[in-house]
Amino acid sequence: MAEFANLTLETAGRHVWRVRPAADQLVALARAVKEEGGQLIALWGSDDRPLGAGYGLHAAFMTSLGMLWATVALAVEDPAHADLAAVFPQAGRMQRATHDLLGIRAEGAEDTRKWLRHGAWPANAFPLRKDYAAATVNEPDAYAFVRVEGDGPHEIPVGPIHAGTIEPGHFRFTIIGDRVLRLEERLGYTHKGTEKRFEGMDLATGARLAGRVSGDSHVAYAWAYCMAVEQAVGAEVPERAVWLRALFLEMERVANHLGDLGYLGNDVALAFGFNQFWKWKEDWLRLTARMFGHRYLFDSVVPGGIAVDLADDGYDLNRMTRRLDDEVAQLKRIYDEHATLQDRFANTGIVKPDMAARLGLTGLAGRASAQAWDARMQFPQPPYDRLAVNMATQRKGDVLARAEVRFAEVFESLRLIRDILKHLPGGAVRAELPAVAAVREGLGWVEGWRGEVVVAVRISADGRLDRVHPHDPSWQNWPLLEVGILGNIVPDFPLINKSFNLSYSGQDL
Amino acid sequence: MATHLILQKILKTGRLSEPAPAADPAMRTREQELQAEILKVFGQAVAIRCVDAGSCNGCELEIHALNSPQYNIEGLGVKFAASPRHVDVLLVTGPVSRNLETALRRTYDATPEPKWVVAMGDCGCTGGMFGESYASCGKVSNVIPVDVEVPGCPPTPTALLQGILAAVSGGH
Repeated sequence: MAEFANLTLETAGRHVWRVRPAADQLVALARAVKEEGGQLIALWGSDDRPLGAGYGLHAAFMTSLGMLWATVALAVEDPAHADLAAVFPQAGRMQRATHDLLGIRAEGAEDTRKWLRHGAWPANAFPLRKDYAAATVNEPDAYAFVRVEGDGPHEIPVGPIHAGTIEPGHFRFTIIGDRVLRLEERLGYTHKGTEKRFEGMDLATGARLAGRVSGDSHVAYAWAYCMAVEQAVGAEVPERAVWLRALFLEMERVANHLGDLGYLGNDVALAFGFNQFWKWKEDWLRLTARMFGHRYLFDSVVPGGIAVDLADDGYDLNRMTRRLDDEVAQLKRIYDEHATLQDRFANTGIVKPDMAARLGLTGLAGRASAQAWDARMQFPQPPYDRLAVNMATQRKGDVLARAEVRFAEVFESLRLIRDILKHLPGGAVRAELPAVAAVREGLGWVEGWRGEVVVAVRISADGRLDRVHPHDPSWQNWPLLEVGILGNIVPDFPLINKSFNLSYSGQDL
Repeated sequence: MATHLILQKILKTGRLSEPAPAADPAMRTREQELQAEILKVFGQAVAIRCVDAGSCNGCELEIHALNSPQYNIEGLGVKFAASPRHVDVLLVTGPVSRNLETALRRTYDATPEPKWVVAMGDCGCTGGMFGESYASCGKVSNVIPVDVEVPGCPPTPTALLQGILAAVSGGH
């Protein structure tokens, strides 16, 4: 296109492209991506002053080419960029977070309320600036919720501390009678300064922290981080390590899906479903611990490869996948035939495909609303380029559709695990990283169980981390939960919420 | 017919509960002076409220796992409750984010005496990888008094159970 004639695409990894538009080209670029059917995946900022520049605004777009990583240079004084939320609504909260952490403004944005900042640091201080030195404060949050006025509506505040064993967040329901008229989320409660913590860390410790951005997606984050680091420094990862990373990722997907399918049963009072699925999840975790030393594979993915090899031919795992194929099929038959469960699942918490597309619903929940994206299939990183993943999709976008996608993905992951074990190459599982003597950047991208996990990394000339931005798919999906609940009854909220199962820690950072 | 299949499956599955581990007194951070009668009561049944004060959600995975049939925690008299007003033990995962500091203090205040606090996970015990920062208060005991610390990243369900039992078994 003529308007982008001055731009060049640099390759920045497999299916990842880097482009550096001028500030006034960013919105046009976003529009071009949108017209082509693409989506905005992530948006973040960086303090580039130590590099002799101002600030940087980064946006990662999913396009037909793969991931397009656009970086715009912003001024030192009052850094600002044109609002992207008008093109991609999912940019809204990411822009607000970028302002809270770096003081980068989205000019013309409709919603400029704070997002990750509550009352722990002052409004005019920005923690991710390199010279941040503000004293901590403890002010009341004083957040301006959107109020529904008039006769009839009733407000129910829930959280931040919830009744179940789940992460903290605040939900403000406005109801009329039993029906939800509006839901507004207030998140950021688990903001613990993760991004700041990365600064100055060595590359190996960074992998451990990346894996703890959202504990249920440990492998996805650790792999995406390592992919970014390896891309940045130009490291070659041994083939066997890459295959085993995929094995770990699929094992993580199976564990999470089994747990969710159990909880979905539990939330419609089918305790039987919970007990059955959690019996198998527990057996799965114990087998994982026996094989690789940790129930959730923590710290098994490291820069340059993996830390723990498969000791045998994986016979026990292979046998377990066959057993689970059978057991999960039996349980699926029960879920399929259970009238109460079907009645509660079907037509509950609907996100229609057109709304999903408009607001950028992604990952597992996106696939349940006809958003047919799965990086393992469309833009496969090794070894997925040799595994031929079958994507699971549904069109209804209700709780039932999200359960169906999980069932299909459990069976597919079990098949992939057997495929990986069958074709697993031999050899080393870890390589030394080449030394770094200049500033390097990289981006990693992994289809975790919840959706795409993206990690962008900048390494300083001294070989330590300068800036790491981990992106969770929950950023895009949380606003769609506000849509899915509309018109439903309040008692169905836990079920709908569980069917999305979004990460708080992953978006709060 | 789902009922028929469910009954068949339950009969085929059988009992899965495993014997409980013993309390681990080494996890205690302070000696509680308790009346023998209270101990007798808590020795038989205890209600717990989970508070995620800023964790990565890894610890929560293991709290959920404790509910799987293998552990049979309700059979041991341990029950998770929905309100701090209904419980004897707060099970807190951390690091405590500054955005949750006030909520955690209020939850502690809302829990009736006598009460015990179990800090779970490396982050809850020491601040872990997140430490103390502009956004994190670090370990749980920086914010509320802690009786038992269960280290691990995350601690296994068995370790967690040992810690909970240590909290409520006093010096016994």
